[in-house]
Amino acid sequence: MLRVPPVGAGFQRTMARMSQPSTTHVGASMPRVDGVAKVTGRARYVDDLDAPGAWHGITVRSTIAHGRLEAIETLDGFAATGAVLVTAADIAAHGGSNEIALIEHDQPALVAVGAPVMHVDEALALVAAPTRAAALAAAKLVVARVVPLPAVLSMADALTANEKLYGDDNIFKKFLIRKGHSDDATFDAVMASAAHIIEGEYDTSPQEQMYIEPQGMLAEWRDGKCFIIGSLQCPYYVHKAIKTLLQCGDDEVVISQAVTGGGFGGKEEYPSMLAAHAALLARKATHPVKMIYDRAEDIAATTKRHPAQIRSRLGVSAEGDIVAIDVDVVMDGGAYLTLSPVVLSRGVLHAAGPYKCATVRVAGRVVATNYPPHGAFRGFGAPQTTFAYERQIQKLARYLGEDGLTTRKRLALRSGDTTSTGQVLTFSVGTDAVLNAIANVAGAAPVRSGVSAKGSTVRRGRGVCFYFHGAGFTGSGEARLAGRAEIALLRDGTFEVRASSTDIGQGAITMFTQICAASLEVDPALVRVIDPSTANVPDSGPTVASRTCMVVGSVVETASRKLKARILEWGASHGMANQTVALCGAAMARAHYGADHAGADIAELVQYQPPPGIAWDDATYSGSAYPVYGWAACLVDVSVDLDTYEVSIDRCVQAIDVGKAINPIIVKGQIEGGTLQSLGWAVLENVIYKDGKVANANMTNCIVPTFADAPDLETILVEVPYPYGPSGAKGVGEIPMDGPAVAVANAVEDALGCSFDSLPISPEAVFASRSRWSFS
Amino acid sequence: MSEPLYARPTSVAEALELRAAHPDWMLLAGGTDLLVDSNHRKVPVGMLDLWRLAALGGIRQRDAAIEIGAGTTWLEIERHPLVRVGFLPLAEAAREIGARQIQARGTIGGNIGTSSPVGDSLPVLLALDAEIEVASVRGSRRVPYRDYCVGYRKTALAADELIIAVHLPTPVASTRMVWRKVGTRKAQSISKVMGAATMVLDGGTVVSARIGMGAVADRPIRLTAVEQAVVGLSLLQAAEAARAAVPAAIAPISDIRSTSDYRRAVAANLVARFFAV
Repeated sequence: MLRVPPVGAGFQRTMARMSQPSTTHVGASMPRVDGVAKVTGRARYVDDLDAPGAWHGITVRSTIAHGRLEAIETLDGFAATGAVLVTAADIAAHGGSNEIALIEHDQPALVAVGAPVMHVDEALALVAAPTRAAALAAAKLVVARVVPLPAVLSMADALTANEKLYGDDNIFKKFLIRKGHSDDATFDAVMASAAHIIEGEYDTSPQEQMYIEPQGMLAEWRDGKCFIIGSLQCPYYVHKAIKTLLQCGDDEVVISQAVTGGGFGGKEEYPSMLAAHAALLARKATHPVKMIYDRAEDIAATTKRHPAQIRSRLGVSAEGDIVAIDVDVVMDGGAYLTLSPVVLSRGVLHAAGPYKCATVRVAGRVVATNYPPHGAFRGFGAPQTTFAYERQIQKLARYLGEDGLTTRKRLALRSGDTTSTGQVLTFSVGTDAVLNAIANVAGAAPVRSGVSAKGSTVRRGRGVCFYFHGAGFTGSGEARLAGRAEIALLRDGTFEVRASSTDIGQGAITMFTQICAASLEVDPALVRVIDPSTANVPDSGPTVASRTCMVVGSVVETASRKLKARILEWGASHGMANQTVALCGAAMARAHYGADHAGADIAELVQYQPPPGIAWDDATYSGSAYPVYGWAACLVDVSVDLDTYEVSIDRCVQAIDVGKAINPIIVKGQIEGGTLQSLGWAVLENVIYKDGKVANANMTNCIVPTFADAPDLETILVEVPYPYGPSGAKGVGEIPMDGPAVAVANAVEDALGCSFDSLPISPEAVFASRSRWSFS
Repeated sequence: MSEPLYARPTSVAEALELRAAHPDWMLLAGGTDLLVDSNHRKVPVGMLDLWRLAALGGIRQRDAAIEIGAGTTWLEIERHPLVRVGFLPLAEAAREIGARQIQARGTIGGNIGTSSPVGDSLPVLLALDAEIEVASVRGSRRVPYRDYCVGYRKTALAADELIIAVHLPTPVASTRMVWRKVGTRKAQSISKVMGAATMVLDGGTVVSARIGMGAVADRPIRLTAVEQAVVGLSLLQAAEAARAAVPAAIAPISDIRSTSDYRRAVAANLVARFFAV
């Protein structure tokens, strides 16, 4: 008989809290694990963290878009400030490598003397001092001498390659997808056979993520190791970048996440840059260094959604079917490659839309310009191409004189159909469910003409759209990444979820808690998701690509089930057959973790296994682009004020197939937030550049919707389960960002009788369209 | 960097003495402009804090006018029965200034003191023919708002003067009053165009009109040419006459928030709509 120590106090407390133990927690809207701390202000964001003796870091930035750095000088008085100055030379002096590791290592942490300055607000030098005011004052005494070079500030200029920023052609990456043909001549012949061709050119605007918490990072060196904590989405991205920068080993850098106030992709790649800066300053200052961007710096220097120009042709048969789709996508990557190839990849993979067509050609290029790098933003290239293909489908419906929903129903992909990359859809295709859901609630179209509450004449219109979004990494990405997560049974009988996936406000830790508790069949109160510090958690991959629930959640589910089986097996062999997992686990923990326990935890570490039948060929860009897709349809009613040219969104209904809503309230919150970002992108958001510099770098002029701008958002959750997702769940984070913007464009077209093919559909854009209006 | 000096008077007399002694100090009447500028502007040598100075507060009936103390907040103005009954456009403008937090801090005196071309209350003051009461140790005087703002954020206030109150003459009974703001979005927005009008009607005919507009010139302006063009016309005729006359009466710019063409067209539409609701 084993000697069993007494039950741990934590376990007893937890058991006492359990009022109604249940066996399933998935599908219930459990209150957020982090909710109380956030609404009471106890949650500590990076700027709230106490760091005794911490200094403050400030970045000295370029003021021109393109040039060569000749020198960095300090003016008289700099030495007297007591501040430290870090330049690129400090990196090499410590044997480091001046690069921010991502896909390519083309972006320096700091521009070296003699090297090119590639964009306005690029980091040239760093200053730290005991107070922020002192650091700001010292930074004013640092002067960078930059010799200007001609700047490339449009995609067209980039493509002429007169000024070479990247390679010989300024093209960071290009893709070509061919379906149903082997060469252009064959494609052209099919297109030529079409009875009619719908053509369009589309422009989408850059967009700022506008997370509520600006970027911030705190770095400290202890015993030769670098510890960094900050506002970030992907601890292991930062880990890799800092290891590369410092040229050091895995264990010499620890990256932790502070409570993070929103990311939306904006904290996917940029935190690596900020962490590098804080680390370099902290080493030189021999103090912890905190760097907190203010809103102006954050908007000016960090990544935005890629602007895109998309040309599209739909070849249509006499019967109204699509016989050929031809799409050409150009995106502006900005000054460095960063994540642009994968943003473009997702863009082109969605560019043909969720429609049946045997012959598809999609070409994509992302080009180098002298804008600050564009980067990850919720949707990741898909919102841009969705805008184009759903405008095209709407033009097709108008050409055919067909109702928009009818056209989409007729042409949409369903189980058994193939996508543009030749992927045969076999499961979890929610097409009919989402289209029917919209049709069921649509009701009568709004009355065309009316008078607004303010006395203006208004024109009303309705728009619909249908779209899909591949969940998880593209192609073989998830297999390559091999994300891992671990579930451990602790000494006190509670359970720990260990994954590097971050909660950035989207509810990840609550969702993991529910999946783990449901799979273990224990009360959620026994489960804790630990902070995703690289010292404590395996690499489950970045918190991006609508993958946290579907991919990492499935790993958590598998690991939890394995641990449950192990616990029950232990129980059965220790006289506890038919006892609960919680009770068996508590006994097993007591038996395993003696007072002087130093061995391994009771834990299950599981690596993600892609579903069977997922085959992708990077060379031909064909195969299963994603393991599964989310499916969605959206209906928007607008009224256009003919005195002020403002578009008001009166109604927005979205039906989204999420596979399974693990926590319906959190899922609806995700959808409503993404929807409002999309509506904002449609009618009022924009990033305005002047000579390569963000001209509206404040919240007054870089506007996002307020509640007053938001209609009541109607969200219909559709659940067509994904066999390989946790309880059937698939990705939901990005899809709500894809469709509402184009539904607005379709609705404004319906109201005014003319096309709106560029974003934003601002009052000024509606004003400029007056000569094209067509209604009586 | 030295901390600014600071004084908080408890009476108007004390405030005027302090102003006379420190004409270079910043006036603090709510702090909403100060906060926006705090990261960008030089720290002032001193601050004269007029916030909640009792003698500058309150809204009162004064014979054929109401008097609004310079320290009255937008929230107080929006909710005050005298304003809501007799001067509704001012209440409506108050409701659209920034957001509730701003409305609870910002004051009418502050808006007038700054006299930004996009100050949301200022076209209303023009349309209501407001008089600004200012005072110094030298004495007090009244300046019609149309003469008060003399250029881009320039006012007729002397260096030693403070704004004491706003006087709004009670309009004749047959006056129609209207207001409209067009901002960058539906709340928390800076105006692209806004305007207010008062018109005295005789049946369906315009006897006289006053039109104030903002964000269409370097300062809030009266559209006197348009006012003259509509006299004697029916409301529908007046709307068309106004639509035709507005573009020449304003000088909007293109900036980060909008274009001059858009502003010109929307200004014409708004003023036309004021007549033909």
